[in-house]
Order: sequence, then C-alpha cells, then structure tokens
Amino acid sequence: MPPRSWTFTVAGLGLIVALALPFTLSNFRLFQFSQVYIYAMALLGLNILTGYNGQISLGHGAFYAVGAYTTAVMMDQWNVPYGWTIPAAGLVCLVVGFLFGIPALRLEGLYLALATFALALAVPQILKYFEHWTGGSQGIVLSKPKAPWGLKLNPDQWLYFLCLGLLVLSFILASNLLRGRTGRAIVAIRDNPIAAQSMGVNTALYKSLTFGVSAAYTGVAGALSAVTVAYVAPDSFDVFRSITFLVGIVIGGLASVSGAIFGALFIQFVPNWALDISKAAPWAIYGVFLIGFMYAMPRGIAGTIRLAAVRWLRRRAEPRGSSGGSPR
Amino acid sequence: MDTLIQQIVSGLATGGIYGSVALALVMIYQATEVVNYAQGEMAMFSTYLAWTLINAGLPYWVAFFATLAIAFVGGLLLERILIRPVENAPVLTIVIVCIGLLVILNSVAGWVYSYIQKPFPSPFPSKPIQVGNIYFGAHDIGALGVTLVVLACLYVFFRFTTLGLAMRAAAQNPVSSRLCGIRVGWMLAVGWGLAALVGAVAGMMVAPIVFLDPNMMAGILIYAFASATLGGFTSPGGAVLGGLIVGVIENLVGTYVKFIGTELKLTVALALILIVLVFRPSGLFGRPVVHRV
Repeated sequence: MPPRSWTFTVAGLGLIVALALPFTLSNFRLFQFSQVYIYAMALLGLNILTGYNGQISLGHGAFYAVGAYTTAVMMDQWNVPYGWTIPAAGLVCLVVGFLFGIPALRLEGLYLALATFALALAVPQILKYFEHWTGGSQGIVLSKPKAPWGLKLNPDQWLYFLCLGLLVLSFILASNLLRGRTGRAIVAIRDNPIAAQSMGVNTALYKSLTFGVSAAYTGVAGALSAVTVAYVAPDSFDVFRSITFLVGIVIGGLASVSGAIFGALFIQFVPNWALDISKAAPWAIYGVFLIGFMYAMPRGIAGTIRLAAVRWLRRRAEPRGSSGGSPR
Repeated sequence: MDTLIQQIVSGLATGGIYGSVALALVMIYQATEVVNYAQGEMAMFSTYLAWTLINAGLPYWVAFFATLAIAFVGGLLLERILIRPVENAPVLTIVIVCIGLLVILNSVAGWVYSYIQKPFPSPFPSKPIQVGNIYFGAHDIGALGVTLVVLACLYVFFRFTTLGLAMRAAAQNPVSSRLCGIRVGWMLAVGWGLAALVGAVAGMMVAPIVFLDPNMMAGILIYAFASATLGGFTSPGGAVLGGLIVGVIENLVGTYVKFIGTELKLTVALALILIVLVFRPSGLFGRPVVHRV
C-alpha cells in the first residue's frame, strides 16, 4: 500500500478542487457533480458489502429507492424539513437492510445475487402499489431547498456542498470502520468464513450488520438524490440502476474506498459521452467502454493505481530485497 | 377444471422456454462459474437473424436450422474473442464484460432493426387443438415439444458422445482434463456455442408469443435466472424442471389470485422462490456447496 501521507495529500488536493468547482462551473455541471457524489456514497455502501464482505448484491437500487422515498414521503406528507429526513432515511435503510440480511445469511454467491435481484425488481412494483403515499407511477414532486443561515449560495451550489460534505463524512466513517477490528472481521469473513468463525468472529451478526450498514449508506445517497433531483418516481429505480451500481464498484475497484469516486465518475459521465459519440446506438458505445475498461484494468481503476504504486515503491526499495504482499 | 388444465399446459409451454434459457445459463455456469447475463440478448439477436432469413424468403425450418448454426458459431466466437482475455480475472470482472455484451447486443439490435415490435411467424398451425372440452394453443404444444426434443438431444450429446464427455470432464476438473489431452479452452467455447444454440431455440419459440423486439428477452432472462436458482445452478435437469415449475406458478397465480393480477405476478413468483431458497439454499436439486476446512 502507498504510505498514508500520499493518500492524504491526494485526498486533500481533490477536496480543494472539489471546493473550488461551485464557483467555476455552470449550475447544470454542478448538478452533475452532486450526482457523482451521491453515486459515490451509494457505491461506497455497496462496496462495503460486496467488495469487503464478499456478499454480491444486485439489489442496492432497492435501498436507494427506499431512502429516496422515505425522504420524499416525509417531506410531502408530513412537511418534515429535508435535513431531518436524510438521517431518517439512513436509519430506515439500516433496519431494512439488517432484516433482509438475516434470511440472506443462508444464501451464498449467485443465490444471494438472485435474492437481492428479486428485491430490486419488486420495489418499483410495490411502490406503485401503495399509491396513496407514493403517488403511484406519477411519483412525487418536491421543492428544491434554499441555502440556510443566510448563505449567499443558489440552491444548486448549496446542494453541491451538502452532498460533498456528507460524502466526505461517509468516507471518513467508512475508512475508520474498515481499518479497525470490525473491518478486519468483515474482510476475514470474505476471505475465509470458517476460519473467521473459529477465531471468534460472530459471522452471522457481522454479515447482517454489514448488510444494514451498506444499505444505510445507499439509503442516505437515495435520500440526497430525492432532495437534489426534487422528484421521485418508481421507474427511475428499476433493475438497471442496481446493475449500474455493480458496474460502478467493479470499474472503480472492489474493496477500495477511493474506488467509489472513480466508479461514480464512470457511471455518471460515460453514458453522456457515449450519447455524444453516437446518437443511434449510445449503449453500444457504453458497452464497448465497459469491456475495454475491464480488459485494460481487470481490478478496476483503484486496483490498477494501487498495483502501480506497489510496483513503484518496490522498485525504489529494490536493493533491500523484495518483500510485500500481493496488491490485495 | 378445464381452465386449470389449460393454464397448466400454457404454463408448461412458457416454462419450457424459461427452462431452456435456464439450461443455457447453467451450462456456462458449470464450466466457468460465471452467469452469462448476455444470454437473453444473444437469444434475441439470433431471433432477429432468423427473422431476416425468413423475410429473405427461406422456408421456416431451413431458416430455423440455419439460425441454430449461426448461433452456435456466434457463441463460440464470442467466448474466444470476448471472454478469453478475461478468463483469469475475478468473477465480477467477467460479469461486467457480460453486461457490456448485453448492452451492446441490445443497442445494436435496436439500431439495425429499430425498437418497433415485429410479428414473428410460428411454424405451428394457428387453429387450437381440441381434447374433449379443452382447447390447447397449437403453438404452446409445439413449443413445448421442440423444447423437449432439444433437451433430449443435449442429454444424448452429453451422455453418449466423446465430445460431451470431454466437456463434462473439462467443467468438473480442468487441470486433470488438460493432463488427459482435452483442450479445456475449446471445450468452454463449445459450451458457449451450445448455450447460444439453446438460447436461439428459446428465442424463436417465444417470439411468436411476445413479439420480436430488442427488449423481449429481458423478462424471460429474469424468469430463467429464477428457474435456474430454484432448480439449482449445479443441476441441468433441475434448471429445466425449475423453469416448468416457475412457468406454471406464474400462470396460476396470474389467473387465480385476483388482487395480484399481472402487475405483481413477477414479484410473487420471486417471493415464492426466495421462500424455497431459505429452506434449500442450493435450490431444489442442486448439490450443497461443501467447504473444505
């Protein structure tokens, strides 16, 4: 691994650029970057589950939808200020994810993928069914919040800072969670569940808790998306969104916190570029990008960077003999 | 009672189609531990090729077998060209390549043939078959028959031919098979070819029912995925049986449970499968995964 000071330097530079963006870009571009941060948060959640804990989920679009609808219904039906709805959405998703994680304990690999996939398929239909609260397929229209405390920011700028702030917070929380004892247990369950259990890790509890935490991250992301887009409808949470999330974490790099940002940039901007290149068959171009990325970087963007860093460091330390483990 | 039998038979007909796509998934899964998400789109594309051939004036069955040949070669080439470079990459990487293939095939089909639904001919008479008081759709019966014939052929191929044996060996133990002189890489490619062929049959059998359009296989792939899971991803026969069960359940639930109707049909079918999975985590007929400590 590269020394932590490097990681901090790069993260700090990135943050400075991110803080400068609102004063240079148009509102539309800002909105796109807010989306990137929201996606990054969702991908971070999925990566904790799939990348670190080894449970494949094709259903995180469902938790995203639950988060978004929690916010939308609370704002629309009960006039709750949006600031309160975001933690509420996280809490609801934590509980839903934890509960879903319990039966999922018995399933492995593909069978788990199918179970989560079923969840992703079912949620839009269920949302349409409870028309009274969710507005059916019409969805719910919300109003964009204004900047609080008399800040001189337009709504898009304010939402951008809100997303950025929450993203930074979730990155700090996630890397603290994954670095410590809990994180080691989570990774140990992925690498060898039996060994982990015999070392005293409560696998069942950790797996369902990881499910809950992962769902909570994605739920907060969903809540933020409802606030920034100011509109929710069942059809924007279809199965394709869940698949996109999976694409995002694999392209970004499994089991890496920074991979979430790269993956989010990919899933936000590459479809638009594909549309610019070919109006007739944009998804064909997108598919070519996907396959090309996977050929060039089978371990995702973060994995490739990590590998390059390890090689570079090893070359510098060459005279002392070669040591150091595999890049994972 | 008559409705019940009618619904069961038509459920078996669609179930046979789910079952064949499920079988195609299982064939690739057993050899490589990868679920080919592009299976449905490969079938869709083959069906468009068949449509082109039929519109060019070929008789139905000539076009049918020509499509099978093209699908086989196409599947073989896809494995050699697209999948082979990532053979040793992590499983999720291969999954993403398959998703890439899915969107490419879908988009190219929409681009070449447009997204407008096209009717696809059925080789069977349109007049229903009458048995006593009950009417059966001739296409339903025919599709079920064709599916069963394909399955029988595959069974014979895998059970009684040297190539079939070599393919099973390559899937079960690649290293030993290679030592015995089996070209494992090519066996995988043939597996993809056969899966594409089975998918093409399913596509041509379902197209007269759902009409031909680039998204026609999306729903079927989901059902096939569910069927394979229900039957067990390690059991080809189980996958087919799973397909039949899913087809019948889907039809009966849609007909008899009124408040569910067609909207929530899929959700209910999936929920039932999940309940089965909670009690039998490797599917009904799958081998439980044994972990070495």
